[in-house]
Amino acid sequence: MELVFEIEGGDFTSAGNASSKIKKVLKQLNIDSKTIKRIVIAVYEAEVNIVAHAKKGILKASIGSHFIEVKLTDKGPGIEDVEKAMEAGFSTASKQVREMGFGAGMGLPNIKKNVDELDIISEMGKGTLVKFKNYF
Amino acid sequence: MKVSDLVEKFNLIVFSGNNGLENEISGGYVSDLLSDVMGNAGEGEVWITLQTHQNVMAVASLKDLAAVILVKGFEPETETLNKSNEEGIPILGTRWGTFETVGKLYNFLQED
Ligand SMILES: Nc1ncnc2c1ncn2[C@@H]1O[C@H](COP(=O)(O)OP(=O)(O)O)[C@@H](O)[C@H]1O
Ligand SMILES: [Mg+2]
Repeated sequence: MELVFEIEGGDFTSAGNASSKIKKVLKQLNIDSKTIKRIVIAVYEAEVNIVAHAKKGILKASIGSHFIEVKLTDKGPGIEDVEKAMEAGFSTASKQVREMGFGAGMGLPNIKKNVDELDIISEMGKGTLVKFKNYF
Repeated sequence: MKVSDLVEKFNLIVFSGNNGLENEISGGYVSDLLSDVMGNAGEGEVWITLQTHQNVMAVASLKDLAAVILVKGFEPETETLNKSNEEGIPILGTRWGTFETVGKLYNFLQED
């Protein structure tokens, strides 16, 4: 099964739509709730990162019988130093975004903690690919 | 313990999500950082915060929280109310600050 979502940079009103839909689908498939919780955290954070940091993006989730693979590709500024961005507390979020309670620099660490495989490929001035996989 | 028990005991304002007043409470979580709640809150917990925008409800729903409590007289935005009603996750309110709110709730939940 493949699910596709478009994500608009700056549009905080729709942040969480993809993760909410994916959560519903996984529940219908009777995936165990611990696994669903981990996936939902990762998808939400990756979704919010496009909203907060990039211009626009596409999320594709492929669900097999024993795994889910999620790929997010965005057009945006890219990440200068992925290793540094992965550090807890590192954030380039604007003051406005921080005031909303985003931008604590916990997103990528949250993703890392909750997925089985993670790849981030980024090109400055072009965009970012975040890809992760969880097994059931 | 149910959300309605908290409302009654502490005379909390019910802004929305009346259809979730019978939600069972497993504990509480306090944070104004959405990623912190996303990463660390547990199912069935009440979330005490001063954030009022609609992303609060997105997080509350993704985490299957029992209710959200806004402290210091903060009120939810309209979209936040609507989402709370749709999801059946009540938004409650109090004049107390976070420290006082959490102290009282903590003791009450321990008695349960
Ligand atoms: N899709 C993205 N495009 C550009 N930069 C990103 C993207 N995702 C993450 N980043 C960069 O990595 C940093 C850390 O991300 P994260 O851990 O989610 O924290 P936060 O989003 O709270 O800033 C961000 O502040 C930003 O600089
Ligand atoms: Mg983030």
